[in-house]
Amino acid sequence: MIRSEILREIAPIIRDHLVVCNIGLPSQELHMIDDQPTNFYMLGTMGLSSSIGFGLALAQDKPVISIDGDGSVLTNLGTLPTIANNATGNYTLLIIDNGSYGSTGDQPTYAGRKTSLAAVARACGCDNVFEVQAKDLGPVLQEAIDNNEMTILVCKCDSGNIKVPVITMDPVVIRHRFMEAVAK
Amino acid sequence: MNIHRKIADDLVANDVSFVTTVPCKQLAGVIDEIEQRDDIFHIPANKEDEGMGLCAGAFMGGKRPAIIMQNTAIGVTINTLATLTQFYRMPLPMIISYRGELREPVACQVEMAVHTKALLAQMNIPTYHFHWQKDVEEFDNILKYTFMCNKPVAILTDANFWGGYGEQ
Ligand SMILES: [Mg+2]
Repeated sequence: MIRSEILREIAPIIRDHLVVCNIGLPSQELHMIDDQPTNFYMLGTMGLSSSIGFGLALAQDKPVISIDGDGSVLTNLGTLPTIANNATGNYTLLIIDNGSYGSTGDQPTYAGRKTSLAAVARACGCDNVFEVQAKDLGPVLQEAIDNNEMTILVCKCDSGNIKVPVITMDPVVIRHRFMEAVAK
Repeated sequence: MNIHRKIADDLVANDVSFVTTVPCKQLAGVIDEIEQRDDIFHIPANKEDEGMGLCAGAFMGGKRPAIIMQNTAIGVTINTLATLTQFYRMPLPMIISYRGELREPVACQVEMAVHTKALLAQMNIPTYHFHWQKDVEEFDNILKYTFMCNKPVAILTDANFWGGYGEQ
């Protein structure tokens, strides 16, 4: 399975929750598959999906899911100790690990070679870290959202992209719409 | 006047309840003060762009955030300031230790100090410079201004303001 197929499969699970989605193709795909006011699309700032989602989870009580990528987590590895040491039960970090920088032409990342992001997350002090295959993600993600423990999911999948349009929504509109959904 | 307490008091009075920090020797006192406050959630960050991401999330979650960092971080956070904080129009008071200014003992700090105001000006970031302790009196108004205009705003605080690097 590739990332867009995963997003299609989990769309019904995450639809009613606050989602912070990674820059580039992940946001474009989620926007195309199931645009929701509860989605915050990153249009820039590679690496900060986990940080933005975690700040949001700390600031209010609703469940928050950050959809991140292996390349993006590698660019902001400092996020994992921060998350581990300030754990909040309403937060789920979903790392879609296709072993490549998908949005830039599928150049390989180190996560697709010797580096295990699940092992890194555990070493950083994260408690509930699960590496799952793409086909098994749905129920594991549902459980992570439903239970009251912070969970890090590393979802191993194939690299590959589909054709998607860019997001033309104004960033202030994305942010305003999202903040109204947060406050609802 | 205890400037650490004054800064924390003004943050609380302006409903700033989420503060992320990356330390600097000059900032040790104010970070201690913030850590002690019950009405401020303090979350240390490992890098300043990570901290700005946390602040963006906290803001969208209904909290007023602030970041405390060194001016060297301007070199780290230009992209985040442009594509997250400014692009999505989010407020962010940045209390910045302005290293490399008068009373600085470490020569390398001057190398970023000479770029600091130019970079902030290039980014169209409103910038205030606290050099004397009495300058802290403006802090309350700067916070109000920041949350009025929904922009990142820089407050540069030099060694003279803090009472001299290592001379405290
Ligand atoms: Mg990837």
